[in-house]
Amino acid sequence: MSVLEIRGLQVSVDTENGAVDILKGVDLTIKSGETHAIMGPNGSGKSTLAYSIAGHPKYTIKGGSVTLDGADVLEMTVDERAKAGLFLAMQYPVEVPGVSVSNFLRTAATALRGEAPKLRTWAAEVKEAMEALNMDPSFATRNVNEGFSGGEKKRHEIMQLELLKPKMAILDETDSGLDVDALRIVSEGVNRAKANNDLGVLLITHYTRILKYIKPDFVHVFANGHIVEEGGPDLADKLEANGYADYVSK
Amino acid sequence: MSVLTTNYLTPTGREEAWRFTPLKRLRGLHDGSARVEARNSLVIKGQLPAGVSFGRENLDALAASDDVIIERVRGENRDVAHLSIAADVELSDAVFLTRNGGSLDSAELSRVRITLGAHAKATVVFENIGETLLAEDLEIFLAPGSSLNFVSLQEFDAKSVYTARHHAVVDKDATFKSINVTVGGDVVRILPTVEFIAPGASAELLGVYFATAGQFFEHRMHVDHAVPHAKSRVNYKGALAGQDAHTVWIGDVLIRAVAEGTDTYELNRNLLLSNGARADSVPNLEIETGEIVGAGHASTTGRFDDEQLFYLMSRGISLENARRLVVRGFFSEIINEIGNEEVQERLMSRIDGELEKAGA
Ligand SMILES: Nc1ncnc2c1ncn2[C@@H]1O[C@H](COP(=O)(O)OP(=O)(O)O)[C@@H](O)[C@H]1O
Ligand SMILES: [Mg+2]
Repeated sequence: MSVLEIRGLQVSVDTENGAVDILKGVDLTIKSGETHAIMGPNGSGKSTLAYSIAGHPKYTIKGGSVTLDGADVLEMTVDERAKAGLFLAMQYPVEVPGVSVSNFLRTAATALRGEAPKLRTWAAEVKEAMEALNMDPSFATRNVNEGFSGGEKKRHEIMQLELLKPKMAILDETDSGLDVDALRIVSEGVNRAKANNDLGVLLITHYTRILKYIKPDFVHVFANGHIVEEGGPDLADKLEANGYADYVSK
Repeated sequence: MSVLTTNYLTPTGREEAWRFTPLKRLRGLHDGSARVEARNSLVIKGQLPAGVSFGRENLDALAASDDVIIERVRGENRDVAHLSIAADVELSDAVFLTRNGGSLDSAELSRVRITLGAHAKATVVFENIGETLLAEDLEIFLAPGSSLNFVSLQEFDAKSVYTARHHAVVDKDATFKSINVTVGGDVVRILPTVEFIAPGASAELLGVYFATAGQFFEHRMHVDHAVPHAKSRVNYKGALAGQDAHTVWIGDVLIRAVAEGTDTYELNRNLLLSNGARADSVPNLEIETGEIVGAGHASTTGRFDDEQLFYLMSRGISLENARRLVVRGFFSEIINEIGNEEVQERLMSRIDGELEKAGA
């Protein structure tokens, strides 16, 4: 049983015109097996929250805390956070020229497991993960995210989620840019990871449609750098009907 | 044993061709003060395949050169090491040549010729190793329809000095590809030059270099489009790390008035891995006719991409390993063109080592 605890998190982003405050005190607790949806308008700070937890160097923590099972996440380097069990499926996965998917995955698995996976079982593991997400085997030899379509990038993120088996996953708009079939396939991947690893999920989304496939236990409305309303799955239905207008004007 | 005569001009460093080169570190190759010794260091590794010969011959130069050191080499040495691949011979395995013997106390003035007969096809790999003071005039002739993949690996020991011109004369419908890899030596200065003598000829000049503290590596291309319908591509990638690591890439491409239908593109990318290093990059395209297919160039110098490092590290990969992956990835596009797994992996390990040495 793991707990990710975010308390009073304040974050600014470095821009050309100096630091700009984005997160204005975020409180959130996620336990293993739970799925929390964070929904909010564009520019409200959802990605900032995701990146701050993962340790992106562009963001500066101004206050508050993030702990995973009591350990201070904000003190950890980016790779230490991954080793502690955090995973971020990125809204815009990064291209890494010249580095093949298979080399990347194996290097990551070696780092996270503390030893190189055995070649034979590893090949089978990767093959299975790729098949489950309807990915062509040729993906393994392509360079990381280079020339991938939007949907391919998202599948690649979820494939990593399944292979690397974190305790807590933050999915930043994994649904955006996916057609209906891809959305279902990717959602099934997330649900497998939940079932197999008792994964805790922070599901960031702009739209409610992914919530038909990945059932949230809690829904949080995010606006202007903090959580403005919380509720159960029915809160998503309310948002579907009314949009974010009520919250943005507040 | 002789001393170089002084009938040649000595570069001062003010000439365009010499303005970057640290002349003082050439150990007398440029001003004739180096003591010369006939070493004939270039030797074949392994067995020569059928249709291939290697021996010393008295040969005239293929093409004129305006490089002072090359003039000295030609003036002092009539003895040319000649690797010849007969017409229509297609080699499945690469021919490897390596160096035996070297010294910093005396200079070797080496002349080499590679000849491909009509429609011959081969890969030739030079392994330049050891501690040496070496000036080399290397000329390559590709007869019509032939194809050569020429790989020159500069893996010299730390104090070595190598100045060379690798000049290819490319005849009708012949395909020349060169891959220069420069990772070792104190001063390495190579002039990869190409001269097209008939339409349909093509050349691809690829290279990687990795300079660490104090090393000077210069690659100065010259591609002469003197005939119509020839194609050239240049792509050099470099990394630099450490105080006074200095690299120079010059891409001179000349499209003469007669060279209608020319297609050329040149590219140089540098990765600066620390402060105190300097990468000079000078593309230079001269176009004397508008009737061409395409002509372009690009040059970039940058540092590690934080987004790439973040992405890799967010998957548990350490900063050190993330940098290694990115640098390997950066070079792989060209290293993988060598087409020999063993050599490729050796070079990648060497690059890992350079990165580690630099602590970048
Ligand atoms: N690198 C940056 N430079 C400037 N502004 C930024 C940067 N990153 C985020 N922001 C700003 O921070 C706010 C929140 O952005 P983000 O967290 O990406 O929102 P969301 O993911 O909810 O759409 C936006 O107003 C955005 O313009
Ligand atoms: Mg976002």
